[in-house]
Amino acid sequence: MRTFGSLLVRGLIVGLFAGLLAGTFAYVMGEPHIDAAIAIEEAGAAHSHDHASGDATQAAEEEPLVSRDGQRAGLFLATSLYGVALGGMFAVAFTLLRRKLPTSSDPYAALGLAAAGFIGIVLVPFLKYPPNPPAVGNPDTITRRTVTYLLTLVIGLLAVWAGVAASRWADRLVDRWGVVARLAVGAAAFLATIVAAYLLLPAINEVPGSFPATLLWQFRFASLGTQATLWLLLGLGYAATVDPRMSRQKVVAA
Amino acid sequence: MAAPARTIAVPAISPRLLAVALLSVGLMLLLGYLVAFDQGAVSQSGMYLHELMHDGRHLLGVPCH
Repeated sequence: MRTFGSLLVRGLIVGLFAGLLAGTFAYVMGEPHIDAAIAIEEAGAAHSHDHASGDATQAAEEEPLVSRDGQRAGLFLATSLYGVALGGMFAVAFTLLRRKLPTSSDPYAALGLAAAGFIGIVLVPFLKYPPNPPAVGNPDTITRRTVTYLLTLVIGLLAVWAGVAASRWADRLVDRWGVVARLAVGAAAFLATIVAAYLLLPAINEVPGSFPATLLWQFRFASLGTQATLWLLLGLGYAATVDPRMSRQKVVAA
Repeated sequence: MAAPARTIAVPAISPRLLAVALLSVGLMLLLGYLVAFDQGAVSQSGMYLHELMHDGRHLLGVPCH
């Protein structure tokens, strides 16, 4: 049996590497689009210099606190720290939920948890409030957008839980239902939660009509790819570290 | 349902484990907050860390300015 400390450290290390590699993906696939969006933002700002001159963003434009090169390097810091944080939480979730997962394989359990985390934390928020590049978004609504983003994230995790709970309930209720029926009940509960939440949450669309649609699509695709890379590597990496074949330590019957 | 598998590699859940796990989650949430939302209140670096991690925030899907 592994101690919680060892499970946690594995999560932190795997998260760090997953974050670094996701940062590499973001650097290659995302940075060109961020540069293009910043060029549009600056072109727009040049036209409207007269309004809100005391603004913090205005001051930052005159003398940037961090240069563009600094921000490109900071990308790796951001994704790495984010990866460490996710890896740590993933390890806690693995420790607490492992016994509830109906598989005797620790690697499969880790992959299942990563899939659940990706759906709840990335896909559900992404489809309701897709991420925006610089030059998109009204600074006055940032609090509202932050709260609704966090809400979709929590709802995403709840929806995954609802789907799993419903499919287990169906399993207990009718003994002879096949796998397909159980999956259908689970998917229905998941989708019902998501659709209800999507309808209740406010619509937010702050993309200016003049913003290039292709750039928006490319940025959002790069953002989704960055997060998919992070979660895929987190899941695969954690699965590898809890694989009994990967450690010399004999697995003692729990 | 799951067979009582013998390869389960996690410690038994105890109050002490729960306390340590909760503390860890708190620390991880703080770290995540630092990356995703902090504007100097926690990092005490003014807007420096916020600006430094600007691109990462955008590409990680967090709402930003």
